[in-house]
Amino acid sequence: MMFLSLQHRDPMLKKRDDFEDMLEERRNSSDLRYALRCYTPVLYKGLAPCKASMLKSMVLQSDQLHHVIGQVSRETGRAADDVQEEASAILEEMAHCLQLSTVRFFAFTLSKVFKTLFRSICVNEEGIQRLQQAIQEHPVVLLPSHRSYMDFLLMSYILYTYDIALPVIAAGMDFMGMKFVGEMLRMSGAFFIRRSFGGDKLYWSVFSEYVKTMLKNGFAPVEFFLEGTRSRTSKSLTPKLGLLNIVMDPYLKGEVYDINVVPVSISYERILEEALYAREMLGVPKPKESTSGLFKARKVLSEDYGSIHVYFGQPVSVRSLAQGRVNRCQFNLVPRHIPRRPSEEIQSFVNDSAYRLVRAQEENMVLKPWVLLASLLLQNHHQDQTAGQKRGMVLEELTAQAVWLRDMFREYGAFLHWPVVLLDICVGGQVKPGEPHSTVTPEEELLSQAVIVLSCASYRNQGLHVFLRPALLASAINAASSNLKQEVFNSFSFLRNMFSNEFILCPGATVQDFEEACYLLVKTGALQVTQQELLVTERGQRTVAFLTSMLDPFLQGYQVVCRFLCEEATENLTEKQFVPAVRKFIIKHLLAGRLRYTEVLSSDLQKNSLAALLRLGAVQKIKGRIKLSKVTYSSVFLLRTCVNLTYNC
Amino acid sequence: MDMSVECVASASALQHQQSVSGVVVAKGNIVGVPCCALLYCKFEIMKWNGWGYSDSKFLFNKKGQAEFTGKRYRLSGMIIPGLKDWMEGTFGANLQHKTPATVSPLLTSSAVQPATLNKAFLEELKSTGIPFSHDAEDRVFRAHGHCLHEIFALREGKFGRVPDMVVWPNCHNDVVKIVELACKHNVCVIPYGGGTSVSSALECPPEETRSIVSLDTSQMNRILWIDEKNLTAHVEAGIVGQDLERLLNESGYCTGHEPDSMEFSSLGGWVATRASGMKKNIYGNIEDLVIHIRMVTPRGVIEKSCQGPRMSTGPDIHHFIMGSEGTLGVVTEVTMKIRPMPEYQKYGSVVFPNFEQGVACLREVAKQRCAPASIRLMDNEQFKFGHALKPQVSSIFTSFLDGLKTFYITKFKGFDPNRLCVATLLFEGDREKVLQHEKQVYDIAAKFGGLAAGEDNGQRGYMLTFVIAYLRDLGMDYYVIGESFETSVPWDRVLDICRNVKARIIQECKDKGVQFPPLSTCRVTQTYDTGACVYFYFAFNYRGLSDPVHVYEQVEHAAREEILANGGSLSHHHGVGKLRKEWMRDTVSNVGVGMLKSVKDYVDPDNIFGNRNLL
Repeated sequence: MMFLSLQHRDPMLKKRDDFEDMLEERRNSSDLRYALRCYTPVLYKGLAPCKASMLKSMVLQSDQLHHVIGQVSRETGRAADDVQEEASAILEEMAHCLQLSTVRFFAFTLSKVFKTLFRSICVNEEGIQRLQQAIQEHPVVLLPSHRSYMDFLLMSYILYTYDIALPVIAAGMDFMGMKFVGEMLRMSGAFFIRRSFGGDKLYWSVFSEYVKTMLKNGFAPVEFFLEGTRSRTSKSLTPKLGLLNIVMDPYLKGEVYDINVVPVSISYERILEEALYAREMLGVPKPKESTSGLFKARKVLSEDYGSIHVYFGQPVSVRSLAQGRVNRCQFNLVPRHIPRRPSEEIQSFVNDSAYRLVRAQEENMVLKPWVLLASLLLQNHHQDQTAGQKRGMVLEELTAQAVWLRDMFREYGAFLHWPVVLLDICVGGQVKPGEPHSTVTPEEELLSQAVIVLSCASYRNQGLHVFLRPALLASAINAASSNLKQEVFNSFSFLRNMFSNEFILCPGATVQDFEEACYLLVKTGALQVTQQELLVTERGQRTVAFLTSMLDPFLQGYQVVCRFLCEEATENLTEKQFVPAVRKFIIKHLLAGRLRYTEVLSSDLQKNSLAALLRLGAVQKIKGRIKLSKVTYSSVFLLRTCVNLTYNC
Repeated sequence: MDMSVECVASASALQHQQSVSGVVVAKGNIVGVPCCALLYCKFEIMKWNGWGYSDSKFLFNKKGQAEFTGKRYRLSGMIIPGLKDWMEGTFGANLQHKTPATVSPLLTSSAVQPATLNKAFLEELKSTGIPFSHDAEDRVFRAHGHCLHEIFALREGKFGRVPDMVVWPNCHNDVVKIVELACKHNVCVIPYGGGTSVSSALECPPEETRSIVSLDTSQMNRILWIDEKNLTAHVEAGIVGQDLERLLNESGYCTGHEPDSMEFSSLGGWVATRASGMKKNIYGNIEDLVIHIRMVTPRGVIEKSCQGPRMSTGPDIHHFIMGSEGTLGVVTEVTMKIRPMPEYQKYGSVVFPNFEQGVACLREVAKQRCAPASIRLMDNEQFKFGHALKPQVSSIFTSFLDGLKTFYITKFKGFDPNRLCVATLLFEGDREKVLQHEKQVYDIAAKFGGLAAGEDNGQRGYMLTFVIAYLRDLGMDYYVIGESFETSVPWDRVLDICRNVKARIIQECKDKGVQFPPLSTCRVTQTYDTGACVYFYFAFNYRGLSDPVHVYEQVEHAAREEILANGGSLSHHHGVGKLRKEWMRDTVSNVGVGMLKSVKDYVDPDNIFGNRNLL
């Protein structure tokens, strides 16, 4: 029922809400009064808010935790009281303690900061109304996309502004390292989880019980990032399932009637961390979160980060997601408080749901003209490079192409935010990705150019999801040995499978994706589908060429990783050594001019391709070491031969 | 101060002037062949297209006030001032919009399919002297139970496949003869007891081409002997609950088996469906009460050879019979446990601030194994409903007192009138023990915030059990249709199942286009060591719907799915019939179904008992 919006056959028909700029009012009225105003959010079924301490004691007294404490105490021989104390300490470390005064402090300071940083923060108010409704009906889970540290402050800021119950937010433990700030975040509703606690039963139990207790009782919306971490590339990341499993559990076990999951798409015109991300992917490690670092970062305050669009999507009912997919009777025969591994049925349900939700986030991402321009400029840049020129593009040409691309985006159902006056900041002449200045060695020059290319790519990536499927089809048509539908489908299916760590491709939806891609290309007149064959039309050549070259950098990235593994990988290559080693290999080839795309230097791309190769069984991990699997050598071969690109060595 | 009622002649809250078979039992020598319909049909005193006695029904009088007619019940002849507002408020019903039953109660045989008679069977049956009839009225009366769709169809004058004839055996041997003849001539037999089934068990399979004989056990209604040494009674299976109790009471005994349908349901029916009684906490359910069963099957008579209180002789063959729902044969005689009548009986009630606390209290009571004869917990909607059925109070003093009580509970104790709920209690036994027991239960209740709310509320609660079925007929006069259904569920699931099933009903109604918010309410009616029995009531105003019964069935279906998904059973005591057949396999596993099938195949290879229930 709620999910219909995700299933539109024709993306053009998608109806989206209008935006309101919430900063406008902030610029016209007192921030202090705003921060101190009366805040009375509507709660789930009119529930009274619950104190953090009460919540803690509910968790500590829960059946599940009792059970696990007993189990741990039996297994380790420790006294139950001792384990109980540990549980209590874990909870102390984890729990939020939301305080309105802190929230008001943030409301005040963030108003100031946001007004300096951003031109506008646009929110779809209809989405806010739907959220408000959803909160009253069922427990709510908020799932924002994750591109910046800003995300969760921004979310709470918006919810506070619209008088909606403030969420409790799952945050990584790394924040806790920041003295004072960590505590501030805690008081504004964050709770902290360790990044890894694999085998720690007790930790898992405290954590899951804590989240479930908040959710079941509807004390506050639970917010977390499905992608697990900030995407450095502006592409959505493969969803992490742990927390989603936990929040769906109360529904599956019948402890609540339903849960509303609300995907939220936060689109930044320019991400605060943009330059950091590029450097990080090129091997400059991520700075540890620290308070002093935060202050040093204040220079960003003097820059213009454009506007932010926040789109609250249709609430998705977990009940309707699970309808016909999960047999809830499976919980009938074991007490529900005894933790069990989710059945295969549930695992695959949660996994599919996670993908659908990330897709829902993607679909409502607002795309700015920069996304289109970046795509065009990057393609042009690569062409120039092959041709050995450094021309850039004439502005008129860029404009013309951008308009062409805009229309294509629209036909593919992209959520474009196209200003009436375009390129008011561009001053004549030629436009091309910037040139680095004053470098020393060729390697340094390469790296600093790569920073620019990767930043540029992160803009392009924002729009990738719009034509991912058609692009896979275009590449498949190129790669297939004939136009036969079956051949093209096989090659599509191979590429799709290959790239399913790279892009959000719902598991098991190959046929639907193929059909969707055909539909879009046929609709735009780029493709003719006959009984047997797929034929690119005359006017479709340009589209197909554009689409293919969108994927080319990724294809080359995967190829070069394969080459590296075949040619250079030593017996003792550990996972840790993989990225530096492959980077060295790539730099060598780039400098020798044997690789076209600087983008392949991205560690994100490299890690994804390794993950894909592992998944496909081309590579194995034995005792932390990466080994080619002999049996499936053919799969590497397949990859190398599948796409016949200008890989000239 | 609570006043206590000394035990009255009837152990139940009923005050009957005359009973069903009280008239019919004016028999002695019934050997008219074919017999006069009036002698054996109940519809002189019973409605043919609604619940219960013809003289008892709810109606809105000329002043627009609800009243309950007749003289049989405590509520009879009383004005119920709150009912109109409640109906209008709850369902959006309107007295102007009526939907009276469309056919006159006088059936014409032309409306009913002509009987498919098996001549040879008929000839031989005549020679046995067992009374029978193929009168349309007799046949229609035995073609249905009391599911909503059945009654709705009757009110619209729609009759599907009905039995082709009715036979009235007078004793075990008559049944043996009938079954032998049925086997010989390949006739389908459907046993009929009280006709109170709510599982479509009495519906004739439309695909049945053989002649269908409804075997009405109503004439087999004698207590054959009472054994005071062993405290057992041997009773014919056609006896109706209230007659059994009344007759036993005359000798100072009772069975204590009081299902809500006990005015009309029969002993044989209880055995065939695994019935449960309100006072099972003291007396047990039917499987605890039965000592010996005699059943006539196509293969012959099945029974045990002795009456030992417990046996280790392989799987208990009684358990093939109990719950067989008329698919294996006819239960003709049953030996049951009896108990001396209780010296003292006392009603009670407790108000809880909310349903959660109420359930917690019931769970504690069950844990301490101190449940009174009956303990039931109504949710807030049902509490309000019960309130709406309060008869007009005669004195200003009583109404003042009522006002004071309300004030005390809602204002002084801070109970939210939209959340509070009520438990009704019935204690039975020695006077001393009852009072002691009562204190124990009230002490537990107090721990869960419960306040004693008087005997009167309790008694009215139990009275409502009997009149609630009449209320459905009133609703049906005003576009409101509804039904109840039940389940049993482990304690830890009780709250979840109540919330989820009620919410599912509301959501399904909305999705199916019901224009008005439905009534979706529940109560916990029985407690066990490990779980409870939960009843759901559900009704809605169907104005604006083209096929209300279909919508109703879809919603009930969804509600049952929800029950199963929440760890509830397919049925606690209504049985499976044909209404819930589709879930049997999931409920008892493939092997389970195979076991039951193989029993059926052995006992009744030609499917003589072809009502197609259960499997």
